[in-house]
Amino acid sequence: MYDTVTAPTDQLSPAAPARAGGEAGWRIVARTAFPFLVVGGAWELVAHLGIFPARLFPTLEQVAATFWHLTVTGILPHHALDTAIRLLVGFALAGVAGVAIGILMGRSRFAEDILLAPVSVIAPIPGIAYAPLFLLWFGLGNVSAVLLVGFVSAFPVIFNTWTGVKAVKEIWLRSAEAMGADRRRLFAKVILPGALPYILTGLRLGLAQAWRILVGVEMLAAVPWGLGWLIFGAREFLATDVMLAGIAVIAAIGLALEKLVFQRLEAFTVVRWGMMT
Amino acid sequence: MTLSPDHRRRMVRTTASLVALAAIYEAIARSGFFPPALTPPLSVIAGTLYASFADGTMPLHALYTLQRVLIGGALAVAVGLPLGILMARFRPVEHFVMPLVSALMPIPSLAWVPVFILWFGLGDAVTIAIVFYAATFPMLLNTWTGVRSVNPLWLRAASAMGADERRLFWKVMVPAASPFIITGMRQAFLRAWIAVVGAEMLAASNWGLGWVIFDAKEFLNTDVMLVSLAVIGAIGLAFERLVFGSLERTTVLRWGMVRAAKG
Repeated sequence: MYDTVTAPTDQLSPAAPARAGGEAGWRIVARTAFPFLVVGGAWELVAHLGIFPARLFPTLEQVAATFWHLTVTGILPHHALDTAIRLLVGFALAGVAGVAIGILMGRSRFAEDILLAPVSVIAPIPGIAYAPLFLLWFGLGNVSAVLLVGFVSAFPVIFNTWTGVKAVKEIWLRSAEAMGADRRRLFAKVILPGALPYILTGLRLGLAQAWRILVGVEMLAAVPWGLGWLIFGAREFLATDVMLAGIAVIAAIGLALEKLVFQRLEAFTVVRWGMMT
Repeated sequence: MTLSPDHRRRMVRTTASLVALAAIYEAIARSGFFPPALTPPLSVIAGTLYASFADGTMPLHALYTLQRVLIGGALAVAVGLPLGILMARFRPVEHFVMPLVSALMPIPSLAWVPVFILWFGLGDAVTIAIVFYAATFPMLLNTWTGVRSVNPLWLRAASAMGADERRLFWKVMVPAASPFIITGMRQAFLRAWIAVVGAEMLAASNWGLGWVIFDAKEFLNTDVMLVSLAVIGAIGLAFERLVFGSLERTTVLRWGMVRAAKG
């Protein structure tokens, strides 16, 4: 349930030498690089053999050249910046609302009964399906994109927070109560730390959801800048190299958010409390 | 069938909350605050719903979409589940797969739509490939985490009581990992469901619920959009409640791995 992507970076970071079992740094780097070399080599082989048309299956050199060209001319950074701003604003809305609703649903049976039905009806409807509706209601452009991203990414946060609050061990609650904890303390010292691994997972999933929906929304909505639009527009020109360069930037931003934001947060909270290793 | 008071109370509250939501929407629609083309009243939506089912188009759209999701999802489970178990059990597999997964995971499945359109041409292959891409990662990662997080005490206890490797796997590891695996399937379905609609919108194919919504936008047919949304939601809810709910009840809830909310 923790949707863990932690292992490789944990081993890469110098802060976790114990878990790497005292392996030398270069070995770990080599081990991580190895699968990419295998896949990259296979790609190069297929591209150079000319099994598929070069426009559809460009070599990695060509993708790299396109990437460099787009970066130097400032086109790619501009697209990326616009996308990142939309993502962060939307996700901030989702995080605040999602955690609040999730905790409410986990603690109060009344709230659970009332909210679970609408949440379960709305959540499985793919966010991208709301895109045309949001575009009609809020107009083309940033407002629709940000609202949709926030709306959609709130659901994983709600579900995971809810599950996490419910999964807090009965025995912890009882022992805390037996030791005289009042409701406020029970919440702050037992329930919240207990549910935090799930909440963080929810936030992660929410961020991933926001990310995935945003790219789709940018393809559908007429936004002048954005990575989704860049990729989709490249289709018209059969520019597979531009698409792959755009996808590489998307992967880099997604990875950076994951590693820089969440793993730090996790290390400082749940791992330190021994909730999760 | 007699319902327990607990169950009945839950049903009453669920119904009440849905009725209240509908009433609020109807009030907004009737107030004329927004153009009626954008917020059609529920009666109009119901009429469209009936018409689209009566002439059989909506069920057909739904069938097309479901078929794509189920094929892609089955492929994802077939790959994600064994691979996840292998990753948890064998270090070299984990070392090879994990970096690739970490690199591919942050790429939204919809970002591949334009690439896949160029590669496979418009049609079912694109949608199924996108569904597979979207559903595999949650399946894989949850299985992996689930198998790894099996309480070592249980393994040792079972070993001490003389369980062999095969039994240890089927009687301890699989049940212990099953809450994670079921969550993985749930997430995989949710993601597949998102991906299929997006892919249908972008790789327009004349059939499928996503295509209906996108097509309706061109003509400001908000009622058609809302009907498709309702159908998509209903199918999603059916899966969530009936398929995964019963799966959970017959496995992890019965085994006491998770519990219902209290209070």
